Order: sequence, then structure tokens, then C-alpha cells
Amino acid sequence: MSDLQNSPSTAGQVTDEAPVAATAAANAPSAAATTGRTLLPQSTLLRHLVLLLLGAVAAVVILEITDPFTNSQLATLSFYAIAAGGLTVLTGMNGQISLGHGALMAVGAYTTALLLQEPDGALPLPLILLISVVMATVVGALVGVAAARLHGPYLAGATLALAVGLPGLAIYFHDFLGGEQGLRVRAPRAPESFESFIGLVSGANATSTKWLAYVGAICLLITYFLLANLVRSRIGRTWRAIRDQDVAAELAGINLGAWRVLAFVVSAAAAGLAGSVLALVVRLAAPSGFTLVLSLSLLTAIVIGGLGSLLGALLGSALLVFLPPWVTDRGIDFGLNNTEAAQLAPFVYGVVLIVAMIFAPGGFVGTVRLRWMTQKAKRAAAARAAAGSSGG
Amino acid sequence: MSRSSRRLVSVLAAATVVSTIAACGGGDSGGGGGGGGGGGENEASDIGVTEDSIKLGAHFPLTGVAAPGYSEIPTGVQAYFDYVNENGGIYDRQIEYIYRDDAYNPTNTSTVVNQLVLEDEVFAIVGGLGTPTHSAVLDFLNAEGVPDLFVSSGSLLWGEDPETNPYTFGWQTDYESEGKIIGEYIANEFPDAKVGLFLQDDDFGEDGEAGIREYIDDQIVAAERYTPGNTNVGPQIAALQAAGADFVVGFNVPSYTALSQLTALQLGYKPQWFYSNVGSDPNLVGSLLGRFSQGAVSDASLLDGALTTGYLPTVDMTDNPWIQQFQEIWDASGQEGELTNYRVYGMAMAYTTVQALQAAGQNPTRDGLVEAIEQVGADWEGPLFAPFRYSEESHMGTSGMTIERISGNGSEEVQPVRITDLGEDISEFDGEATTPPENGIPEEEAYEG
Repeated sequence: MSDLQNSPSTAGQVTDEAPVAATAAANAPSAAATTGRTLLPQSTLLRHLVLLLLGAVAAVVILEITDPFTNSQLATLSFYAIAAGGLTVLTGMNGQISLGHGALMAVGAYTTALLLQEPDGALPLPLILLISVVMATVVGALVGVAAARLHGPYLAGATLALAVGLPGLAIYFHDFLGGEQGLRVRAPRAPESFESFIGLVSGANATSTKWLAYVGAICLLITYFLLANLVRSRIGRTWRAIRDQDVAAELAGINLGAWRVLAFVVSAAAAGLAGSVLALVVRLAAPSGFTLVLSLSLLTAIVIGGLGSLLGALLGSALLVFLPPWVTDRGIDFGLNNTEAAQLAPFVYGVVLIVAMIFAPGGFVGTVRLRWMTQKAKRAAAARAAAGSSGG
Repeated sequence: MSRSSRRLVSVLAAATVVSTIAACGGGDSGGGGGGGGGGGENEASDIGVTEDSIKLGAHFPLTGVAAPGYSEIPTGVQAYFDYVNENGGIYDRQIEYIYRDDAYNPTNTSTVVNQLVLEDEVFAIVGGLGTPTHSAVLDFLNAEGVPDLFVSSGSLLWGEDPETNPYTFGWQTDYESEGKIIGEYIANEFPDAKVGLFLQDDDFGEDGEAGIREYIDDQIVAAERYTPGNTNVGPQIAALQAAGADFVVGFNVPSYTALSQLTALQLGYKPQWFYSNVGSDPNLVGSLLGRFSQGAVSDASLLDGALTTGYLPTVDMTDNPWIQQFQEIWDASGQEGELTNYRVYGMAMAYTTVQALQAAGQNPTRDGLVEAIEQVGADWEGPLFAPFRYSEESHMGTSGMTIERISGNGSEEVQPVRITDLGEDISEFDGEATTPPENGIPEEEAYEG
């Protein structure tokens, strides 16, 4: 079964149990391995471009038919999903666990905040986002060098130190970074072309909430497009090789350290962009926004959604954003007071996480994909049996 | 699992009973009507206002590290609003109070305030708690034109600059004014003391230090800062001891009051302690001392003799008419738990809110509410020791403070209320102590522009 998921060729099979259930979501069939029963083009780039376009249309439709509050929730979803997408590439594809992504988001957020201190003379928004990504990438590269030498719990420990320590810098350099109360961010106003675009599409009011939701959605789509291409390329295959069998990968001439650093850097870049969008949406970069809880929530999001799958990262982030308010509102409907209802939300989230780990260790996407593959393999086996010994 | 689910069920059941009782209580009263009366019909005059209800929102840490203590404030607010509703509400409108959890995380604050403003469509935000958390929504609320009343924090941000933030109002004494009153007291009563400062390393400590230094800059021998989250304050306390400070003023949160006391105990350091209002609740500090020392210290007796400030009566003042009134309202509310200083804080803030809504008139608008507070807010009498400083130029809250000496779980006054303002001297407060109106509900005239 494993060769069905992993590579189109049956030669050079290392072991039967290499792809574990937990990372099943990561092992999406590459273009050549699809069975052909799809309307999407065969070329990976072309297929992803079509998906990008569909995603963009979907984003506009969703943002225009929902109310302003849902718009603001979707803006929140976008930065969680960007960070989770980066983390899922690192953890699901390359097998490294990072508890420090909250800190890398802080780097992006603080860069954005500092660049927007003078809203009048500020750089154009795309440039600010780009600089934030570069800053987080630099920090990610430094951490990545350390990460390349560590495995499993040791790496988790090292990145944990990053998550705990880095926000402390903001308090230490409080004259420059605003200390405990942080730096307020005045998001740049929407350009006029945006207002006319919204007027054209739905005729609704182009509020600043809506503008930020669009900025988030655009960043999310571009990030996922780039990441999806990356994981379907030689780079993605190399990462998976390292994750599943590092000894075999090294024997095949892969420089483990360099590839691990690369995975960390890519992941850090996504976290930096996420932090930058966060600063715009939340209008603040403060240490209390980048606690360990943030890093852990990202990790739970990708585990629930399906480790290694971008769709899973998106679904997990959606759960992170939409579940707590939903639970709180249901709690109030059932007659709990506001305090009890608020305390119910983390409890339910914990239950969902435990249930997911027991019954769907591959996460949502991983479980669905594993089922689908099992059935396909069964069908194929049945077809082979029916056709006698013509297979292979 | 089964135990916690059973507890959940019982909590659910209890909550259902409570809310049913509250609903019944609301049903059989009615009539009354607060404020100056006035003819005309109730109209849905602005967002969040209907003919028979008015919706208010708030954000508090109900879960997470900041929840102990602070999560009790909204229960006090709720109890008072329930009481007002049972007595007819404001202009026959019932107050609907929605408070949401932000876990003291600005990212969450931004989300829940978006929800309150955009989805729940509240008329105003009242008493949102915390400096970093509320900073995240300051621009948003002022851009949307949502009144942002009585922020639960003593930062100067809320009231200093009404031109930039026309919809935001402070409520409690700001940390700089508190520092000034402490500084003046030390200069008068302890002119020979060598003063050491123990400061939280953010605006809280900074504003407090600035205020103190206006009066006793030459007496200060050391200023040590701690970073919130770092639980080892040994170096700071040892440095204060080494500098020969025999009088230590702390601008710190309650957990650091407990930590500084335990560290000083270890070092055999016995200065005269002075904790600012935020860090001095003896009940909370006592329980923290017990937890941090793993039972070696069981109550707040270490704090005996320490000085602190006050701007609001505390629960130990059982002969204060406001406390008696709040105790009655709290007991009648049927909510779990005792009346605490945090609940008194919430009820006092709710009292001011009712005053503001009455002043905004029968058919309030958001801008009308802000104008009413600016014009008449400085004249309101309430549970606070000294009046507010509200005007068109300033949205700062109260400015007056007493100095108190902690003994047991309470405190006794050692200096009566003195008032000040930013950039002004301190003066004696010549007003008299107020008493609550007969039914505990204010009756402010509607302000007619």
C-alpha cells in the first residue's frame, strides 16, 4: 500500500511501514501518480494556478456574503492559517517539531509595527510585508542552523526556549519595542482602487475590517500557492525522504543538515508573514500576544487538520478561530453565565483534540485520505484478482 | 472525565436555576424608571438601544493567568445591573450586559471586541480590562465611534488626550497621580527615609516612578525593576537592601507583592513597605503567599503594617454605607462566592455607568453619551472617594487617594483623601464622604445640550 501513496515507481522500496498514519495527510499523490479521473490539468504548476484562481473567487464570494464580524474572523483565520501552513511543511513534511513559531510571528509583527510607526511616511504595504518576511527568515535561518543538529524532543526544547525568550526582548528594550503594552499599529488605509473594486463586486461599504480581511486572504492564497508548489517539487520529495528514512536519504547523497535548515527557513518565512498580517489585523504587537499558547495552538491546529496537509492546516486554523466563540455562544444559550461559558471553550477544544488523537490520529485530512487510499487499494487488488495474474 | 462532566452538569443546572430566578425577579417589578423622568416615548435612538433595552459590552480575562481576581469584576458589574433592571432599569430600558473572555491576550481582545461591536452591536464598551489588551482596540473603538467608558486600568493612555481618543474615558486613579500622592506623603511623614523603588518594568512602574520623583527625587537611593513573568526577584530585593533602603515603595501586581515579601523574609530584610493600590489586596496576596511558600506562610500577616493607597471603599469597611449597600445587592444577586474588593470595583464602575446613561437622557446616542460625561461627569457623586476629572480637555478618571495601613485582612486610614491632576499640585479634598441614595440607584438629571 505504501508504494501507492509514496512514489509511482515500485523499485527501491526501503520499508513497508515508513509512511505512518500520523503523516498520511502529507503524502498527497504527486501529479504523475493521479489516476487521471480529475478535471484539473496534469502539470503541477498549471493545476495550482487553477486552484489559486478558484481560491481567489471563493475568497471574494465568502467575504462579500458574510457580515462584518465574520469578515474580521476570516482575517484572523488568514494569519493563523498562514503560520499553520508554514508549520505543517516543517512538521508534516520534514518531521521537525517547532514550539517556537509564535516567536517567529512576533518577529514579523514587530517589524511591521516598527515600519508603520509613522503612518504618513510609511513604505507601501507589500514592501512592509516583504521586509517582515525577510526579518523572520533571517531569525529562522539562525534557529534553523541549531535545529539542523537536533531531533525530536531536543528540537522542541530549543524552539520552546525561543518562544519563551524572544517576546521578553520586547520588555527588555521597552523604549524601542514598547515594553509590555506593545506597539500600536495603524494599518494603512485601503487604496481607492479597492473601494471601487468592492463597489463593483457587491456595492457594499469598503470598511477597514473588510480591507484587512482581503489583505489576509491575498497573503494566504499566495503563501499556499508557493508552499503547494514547493512540496510537490524535488525539494518536497527530499524533505519527505529525510522525514521517513534519514539514513537512507543520507546514503542517497542528501545533505541532511542543509535540507533541514531550508525547511526551517521556509517555515519561518510563512510565520513572519503571518505575524505581519496579525499586527495589521489586531492593530498591536505586544508580548502578551505571542505567548507559548500561540505556538501550541498552531501545533494543535495542524495535528487536528492533518499533519503535512495545507488543507488540513486551513481546517485546523478554522477550528481554532470559529470553535471557541461557537462553544461560548452555545454555553450562554444553555443558561451558563458569561464566565462559565468562556471557561467551557478551552475545555471543549481539549476534548476535540483528545478525540482527534484517539480516533483520527492522521487528523481530518489524513484520515479521509487514508480511507480513500485503502478503498482504492482494495479495489485495485480486487481488479487484479479478477484479471488473473496480469498485474505488475 | 466522568467527574468533570458531572461537575459540568451541576454547574449547568445551577446556572439554569440562577438565570430563571433572575428572570422571574425582573418580571414582577417594573415601573419606577430612573433619572429625571421626562416625557416622550422611548425610541431606538442609536446602535444597541431599543425601546426597552440597552446593550453594553466588555472584555475581561475570564480564563488564564490573569483570571484570578480580575474575573470577579464582571460578576460585580452584572449583579449591580441586574439590581437596576429589577428596579425598572434606566428610562424603562433593561441593561443587557455582555462580557467576553480575552484571556489577557491582545489578539483575543481584538477578536472579542470586534464581536461585541460588529455582531452583538453594543451601544458602548464599559470597563474593558488591561493596558496591553485595551490598547489593541483603542483605535478601532474610536474610529468606529463606539463610547469606550471607564477602562479598568490606571494608564494615562485613556484620558490624557481626548482629541485623539474622543470616545475613551478612564475611571480609576492614574498611576502617575498615585505616585505623586505617595511621594508627598513620604516627604511629609518620612523625611529621613532612604527610599527604594520596586517597579514593574512597563508603563505602570514608569508612571508611578515619575509621580514619586516629583516629590522625593533626592530621597530615592535605588530603583529596581522586575520583568513580569520572571519569578525570581532576589537580585532586585538584595540590591534594595544593599543600597540601604529602609522604605520600599512597590508599583507591582499582587503576585509580586507576595514574591517580594517572601524574598525579603529569606534575606532578613525589614524595611517599611508601601504597595500601590493594584498590588495590595490583602486577601489575594494572602492566598498567593500561601501558594508560593507551599503553606509555610498561610495568610497576609507578613503585610501587617505595610502602607497602601485607596480610592474606593474595601470590603473590610463594614460600616461604610456603600459597602453595606453593595453587600445587600450582592447577596440578593444569588451568585456564587463572597463579596470581594474586585466585585466592589465592578459594582462601583457599574454605578458610574448608570449615572452616565441617565445623564445621556431618555433617548441616548453615542455622541450624546460622550458629551454628557464631559459636561456633567465631574459633578457625579458615587462610591469613589474623590470626583472624576472629566471635561472636554481631559477624560481622566478620579484623582483622589487615601493612604492606608494594612492590618489583618483590612486597613486603617492614615491620611485622608488628597487630590491632584497631571501637572498640578496636590491639595486637600474638601468634599464630604458620600452616601448612597436610598435604593442604591443614582438619579442623575438628563443633560440637555
